[in-house]
Amino acid sequence: MVENHPMEPFLRTDRIPHIWCPGCGIGTTVNAFANAIKKCGISLDKVCIVSGIGCTGRVAGYLNLDSFHTTHGRAVPFATGLKLANPELHVFVFSGDGDLFAIGGNHFIHAARRNIDIKVICVNNFIYGMTGGQLAPTTPLTAKTSTSPYGNKEQPFNLPYLAESSGAKFVARWTTYHVMQLTNAIIKALNKPGFCFIESVSPCPTVYARKNRLGTGLEIMKFFKENTRREKGVSTRDIGIDFQKEFIVGNFVDI
Amino acid sequence: MRKEIRVSGFGGQGVILSGYIIGKAASIYDGKNASFTQSYGPEARGGACAAQVVISDSNVDFPLVRDSEVLISLSQVAYNKFRTLVKPNGVVLTDEDLVKPENEENDIKTYAIPATRIAEELGNKIVGNIVMLGYMTKVTGIVSKEAMMKSIGDSVPERFKELNIEAFEKGYQYPG
Amino acid sequence: MEKEKRVLTGEHFIQGDIACAEGAISVGCNFFAGYPITPASEIAERMSERQPCLGGTFIQMEDEIASITAVLGASWAGAKAMTATSGPGIALMLENIGLGIMMESPCVIVNVQRGSPSTGLPTLWGQADMMQARWGTHGDYRIIALCPNSPQELYDLTIKGFNLSEKYRVPVFIMTDAVVGHMTEKVIIPKEEDIEIYPRRYTTLSPKEYLPYKPEADLVPQIIKAGDGYRIHTTGLTHDERGYPVMSAECQKKLVSRLIDKILNNLDDIIIVEEKDMDDAEVVVISYGITSRVVIPTIQKARENGIKVGSFRLITAWPFPGEKIRELSERVKGFVVPEINCGQMVREVERHSKCSDKVELVPHTGGDIHDPDTIYEAIMKVAKS
Repeated sequence: MVENHPMEPFLRTDRIPHIWCPGCGIGTTVNAFANAIKKCGISLDKVCIVSGIGCTGRVAGYLNLDSFHTTHGRAVPFATGLKLANPELHVFVFSGDGDLFAIGGNHFIHAARRNIDIKVICVNNFIYGMTGGQLAPTTPLTAKTSTSPYGNKEQPFNLPYLAESSGAKFVARWTTYHVMQLTNAIIKALNKPGFCFIESVSPCPTVYARKNRLGTGLEIMKFFKENTRREKGVSTRDIGIDFQKEFIVGNFVDI
Repeated sequence: MRKEIRVSGFGGQGVILSGYIIGKAASIYDGKNASFTQSYGPEARGGACAAQVVISDSNVDFPLVRDSEVLISLSQVAYNKFRTLVKPNGVVLTDEDLVKPENEENDIKTYAIPATRIAEELGNKIVGNIVMLGYMTKVTGIVSKEAMMKSIGDSVPERFKELNIEAFEKGYQYPG
Repeated sequence: MEKEKRVLTGEHFIQGDIACAEGAISVGCNFFAGYPITPASEIAERMSERQPCLGGTFIQMEDEIASITAVLGASWAGAKAMTATSGPGIALMLENIGLGIMMESPCVIVNVQRGSPSTGLPTLWGQADMMQARWGTHGDYRIIALCPNSPQELYDLTIKGFNLSEKYRVPVFIMTDAVVGHMTEKVIIPKEEDIEIYPRRYTTLSPKEYLPYKPEADLVPQIIKAGDGYRIHTTGLTHDERGYPVMSAECQKKLVSRLIDKILNNLDDIIIVEEKDMDDAEVVVISYGITSRVVIPTIQKARENGIKVGSFRLITAWPFPGEKIRELSERVKGFVVPEINCGQMVREVERHSKCSDKVELVPHTGGDIHDPDTIYEAIMKVAKS
């Protein structure tokens, strides 16, 4: 019998149970992150995690690292200050799509433009989860949310395209179904100097799936498995995500 | 003793630098207290800009200049704007090629010098303001010549130092 | 200027904004993040010239929100960090000033006040952000705000501001104004060894023993910096001594009370006032910042006319010296409060004075400083009352 969870050194076990819903992909993304750090063998004392607000914003609170739970949208500039003031630190931003790309969007593009050596992991579940399922800048066209009850009419951001255009040196998108690939992408980002961006497309069974009748977390994972593909040499321009359509995953930029 | 000097002209004539040089001369090299302020407008060039210097043996409490003892005007627009803000028995110094003075009241004395022309003869009209400072130093005696020379030396690029000192001397020697 | 020298010991004829940057550098500021704004941009410009030569960091961020947030991040990485702006920029920073208060992050925020509200008078003068500094970010808290009235004081009080910020782990405001910030006067920079530097209160405990928000006797917790192996968690949420979020009224009471009491219990250490001609004063002029210099000739004039008037200058505006005002109000005829706003600090004077009807505001909407005569008239009015 295993006495301790293998990821225990990474977690503040005194804060478990966490707040995330069953079937949510944030935990899977955290697990991929912890595995990546473990495989890289870097000292946990030198890894910092910065989050904004929202479901993913709570990541900072569960990881046993120097962890900073900041204000809504401001994880990236906080991380910028941390990294510039002590370049020895490995600084990760872990936050959600609404936090990073609506309220925090301007900070994201500028940190990428400046090529600040921070790694941004975005758990994209297409919606504001914690506040009850409102429209996000990533919500696909026609998808329903509590503030787009007749279907979303706004073009969503294509996050890898935005990151690449802004100057990111490494850009990847995987889903929480692609745990190995996601882990490897985080390892690649960790070993690459400069601004790196990883999108982790994740189920939100409680809010996004329920509002759009997409089924359970497991069913969404199945959807990810069956409706994602890699395409060699694809331009990030062409990998926007349409509602419940097949989409492209991969490591797109690696400069 | 509290003395107030206003330097005015259009942006680009070295008005602000002139104020700074006077203030620094009085404050650092003459051992007095000086407060230098500038009037800001949104335009970077042109317009009527002004620099104000308050010089005092004691603390400069009220920091701004309303009516000054001395007005330096390097342009007609600035002259027209500020000439009414000179104290009785005050002194107005103008660039005689750029300003056509009016008959002053209140026993205000007007001194004119072709500062820009003298600077051009020295090879660079950019030191016109420094010619004027030399003239002002002689006419008013508010700041010592030595302090002004040191302050100019600190405030201009090394390669222009000689030219500036020469310009200052020309102004200082000009018959007042 | 010797750009590689940290403390530029000697006599300088420099602008207030420059003096502010030099004060920060003298006390060890090694991180500046800011965004261009009149009349504070000269501070950023000076920092951009100086920090790279001193091994520090200057960064121009995309806005003021990012500037203050980067300052907080840098502070947690061990830097002495500062930002500078004016009212519109503070308006954007306020949320994360709250985060700084909650995380107890030492840092300094300079507000070179200009005419307001909104874009107002970018190049002209105001003092109307005093209540913004005190109450701007949401919630209950206490803040420290210092009010210099000359370039020399901008130098000195920026040093003081950093020291108070380290001592009490709270963001400190330097509340200057466009007159002082843009004015050039003599500034004496002392020898490096004569500059008081309050060191960061790093913990002496091991990571096992250390709790990031367990207070010491003066209610201020010891701090760490990221990367030292303490693996702390800090959050803007209400938190316990471990730094963990706790959503309860009990934890809220404990935390918020401590954030307030760590300031209120140390008023004698924080509050600085300057009193002149106060011994026999029957009328007291209470002023701060540039207005305190306008007051001096009016007091002289009133004294020459036989009025017993004194000057009480707020060098520390927040926390407010309420107790002192209460004491004074028992023995003087009344107070005159000139400020370049329509009545902000005067509310504090009224609140603490035993007779608020003896408080005479001399308001000014900004763009200029007071005509000394208006202050004189107010002195005479109170004197004759």
